[in-house]
Amino acid sequence: MYYGPGLCGKTTNLQYIYTRTSPQAKGKMISLATETERTLFFDFLPLSLGEIRGFKTRFHLYTVPGQVFYDASRKLILKGVDGVVFVADSQIERMEANMESLENLRYNLQEQGYDLDRIPWVIQYNKRDLPSVASVEELRSLLNPTGAVPDFEATATSGGGVFDSLKAVAKLVLTELKRGGK
Amino acid sequence: MGDPQMVMYEEEFNQIQVVCERLIRDANALVVFIVDKNGQLIAAAGEHEHLDTTSLASLTAGNIAATGGMAKLLKEKEFTTQFHEGEHQNIHIQIVGQRVILVVIFDERSSLGLVRLRVRKANEDLNRIFESLLKKVQDPSTGSPFAEITDDDIDNLFND
Ligand SMILES: Nc1nc2c(ncn2[C@@H]2O[C@H](COP(=O)(O)OP(=O)(O)OP(=O)(O)O)[C@@H](O)[C@H]2O)c(=O)[nH]1
Ligand SMILES: [Mg+2]
Repeated sequence: MYYGPGLCGKTTNLQYIYTRTSPQAKGKMISLATETERTLFFDFLPLSLGEIRGFKTRFHLYTVPGQVFYDASRKLILKGVDGVVFVADSQIERMEANMESLENLRYNLQEQGYDLDRIPWVIQYNKRDLPSVASVEELRSLLNPTGAVPDFEATATSGGGVFDSLKAVAKLVLTELKRGGK
Repeated sequence: MGDPQMVMYEEEFNQIQVVCERLIRDANALVVFIVDKNGQLIAAAGEHEHLDTTSLASLTAGNIAATGGMAKLLKEKEFTTQFHEGEHQNIHIQIVGQRVILVVIFDERSSLGLVRLRVRKANEDLNRIFESLLKKVQDPSTGSPFAEITDDDIDNLFND
């Protein structure tokens, strides 16, 4: 599940993954979006990552709508979540939006009976290509103060860091599944 | 987590498949499929080879989630049935045992009345099957099927 403030690049992450995976490994990408390409309900991309001991691993990637007023939809999509990529927008003027969105994630998870500190998640600092970005140290101190969460720099438009984030969260999800975590 | 992980066993899977096949015949339907509330396809029957069932499953779950959200706002428990009427095909969606979703696609060779009637019977059968499945999954003596997987196995998946 890709979570994060509006326009931070969640849909772009999925689009990049879609264009860079072989046809056998993926299904159709579905985007329920507004006419201006803002996510309205969710994007969906089914993906298989290969086999482990005869078990096929299939992942369903979703993005939530980042715009604040779509909170009801975000809550619905969070139900049954196995892992989260929190996509932060590195631009300085989006710092507050990042923090608000992370709080919103924590709160919405709590409502569903999940604890963010106990589910697999990673942070992606996106839009590193732009000029007016905060330093990674700054972003980390705001969004990952203990440094406990695996984090990655990314430029989703050209794909940098996109697969690193995906693989990291997928690995955490599989490890959790193996532990039979509830 | 909210729902316990759903694990499907062959015995129940076969029973579910039988119910779906029978529903196809009894309701004169084109396609029947069953999806969990998270959008994973559980079973499908009928002429579904040409259908993108993965996408349909995800959208069905999204639809049920949205309708469930509306129900909550109206202080209803849930809307258990939905019907979408198209020019040639129709979709009947039914929540089974608050847990899974039964979808029937049919055309003019059937009717809403017939589908409703047959879905009611299938609903009872599926309820029984999923209840016994749930008991099995919750039984602590049935270990996790993933327990043998090692960290190395997981690492290897990503070494490409
Ligand atoms: N320069 C730059 N632009 C980016 C990057 N990632 C995304 N964008 C752009 O940011 C805009 C919004 O991207 P989306 O992926 O639609 O954002 P979103 O998070 O899905 O937004 P919502 O659906 O509204 O929540 C698009 O114009 C993207 O091209 C990046 O790494 N660098
Ligand atoms: Mg989007």
